[in-house]
Amino acid sequence: MIQLEQVTKTYPKASRPSLDNVSVSIDKGEFVFFIGPSGSGKSTIIKMLLHEVAPNKGRVVVNGKDVTSMRSWKRPHFRRSIGCVFQDFRLLPNRTAYENVAFALEVIGKTKAVARRVVPEVLELVGLGGKEHRYPHELSGGEQQRVAVARAFVNRPLILLADEPTGNLDPDTSIEIMRLLDRINRTGTTVVMVTHDSNIVNQMRRRVIEIESGRIVRDQARGVYG
Amino acid sequence: MRMKYVMSEVLVGLWRNVTMTIAMIITMAVSLTMLGASGLIYTKVADMKQLYFENIEVSIFLNADVTDEQRSAISAQLESDPLISQATYVNKDEAFQRFQEMFRDSPDLLSAVRAEQLPESYRLKLVNPEEYKVISDQYTAIEGVDQVVDQSQVLDKIFNLFTAGQNIALVAAIAMAVAALLLVANTIQVAAYSKRREVAVMKLVGASNWFIQAPFVLEAVVAGLIGSVLGLGALAALKVFLFDGALSALQGLFAPVSWGEVFLTFPVMAGVGGLISAVTAWVTLRFYLRV
Repeated sequence: MIQLEQVTKTYPKASRPSLDNVSVSIDKGEFVFFIGPSGSGKSTIIKMLLHEVAPNKGRVVVNGKDVTSMRSWKRPHFRRSIGCVFQDFRLLPNRTAYENVAFALEVIGKTKAVARRVVPEVLELVGLGGKEHRYPHELSGGEQQRVAVARAFVNRPLILLADEPTGNLDPDTSIEIMRLLDRINRTGTTVVMVTHDSNIVNQMRRRVIEIESGRIVRDQARGVYG
Repeated sequence: MRMKYVMSEVLVGLWRNVTMTIAMIITMAVSLTMLGASGLIYTKVADMKQLYFENIEVSIFLNADVTDEQRSAISAQLESDPLISQATYVNKDEAFQRFQEMFRDSPDLLSAVRAEQLPESYRLKLVNPEEYKVISDQYTAIEGVDQVVDQSQVLDKIFNLFTAGQNIALVAAIAMAVAALLLVANTIQVAAYSKRREVAVMKLVGASNWFIQAPFVLEAVVAGLIGSVLGLGALAALKVFLFDGALSALQGLFAPVSWGEVFLTFPVMAGVGGLISAVTAWVTLRFYLRV
């Protein structure tokens, strides 16, 4: 599902590479944590999977597509198979929960009728039934992140990328979000999550890949934060 | 639905930054008016050249003391000259008649001049009016000829004036177009900034590039088209108030500007206005949104 083959990435003006000869293979349906200190290169991996940065060396393959050689005009269509969740939610403040999720459908060409059928379903799935017409500022942090997850999942992507999704949430809410991601993973969606949260990693007992200074120092099935 | 979304985004975008939109439309309108005016002058000058050169005459004025032999020699040479299509002899009395006609509004001048004072002349039509110089060189040297006068030389000065006017209008059009271009670029940047969250989400979920760019590009195009409509209005006003109004006294001098010609400039203005706006907006977005 996801392959990084001897990937090296050095940003311009950086003294050392953000990723240094990294090779990782992630199968369909896996749930993987990337952990490591700030600046270790975790977020660079997410950006590469999104075709936002290109590696200097090596190959990145996502969904069977070689991202390294992908032309930028193919990026939009490629992104439709990947859902994305971030620490800062990235919701549109002037749209309701429903509209935020529907927006993601409409801008890729789905009709309003499709949105009316699918959006309530996915909001129900993330546990926001009855709060469809609240604006982001009327929702708690955890609820906002649920909207973001709903938006990421509404297209039924093959992969869900989560960049510190619990970074702004308290421990209890974080666990609820993790339960949600776990449920999504059980539908067959591959989940890749970057996190600092040792608590969550230790509770979930999933595959853990630890990165330090751009190198993989540990890759452990059913691992802990360490 | 998508069309409706794009159109409503365009209207919201134009209204959000309405002062800038107005500035953009006005500069665009002035630039396009100048462009249209210079186009009109160009076609008018061509029309007028044709009109004038058809009626143009070269006059050979004879000396006051010209002898009969000299006159008949000149006459014979004119008859046989292949460059001349028609030569008319004007004697002193006819010249006086013409003079009286020309200056009928100035009785003082008329009473001061007598028929004997006016020179005899030949009025020539040339096969090709631009070969005036050859005729002039050939006949000035002949005994009995006082001077050779060509109307086209005077006309050339007038046409040079028109061409200068046309060039000034073109330069003004280009200068205003640059200003309009910068305003479009700035407006698009402001619009893109105020919609940066939407754009970020659209890029994230995989909206196609044209879908992200379309509202911005169309916003600029709509402004450009409104500008060209205003430009058409300005040209129509110029026709009504300047050509049909203030300058109507000079009607014989200018070839008339028809409504058809005024309206024909519209597709050009709309095309140029729309295209410049669209390209500017698109290039701005490439740099600013990197989509």
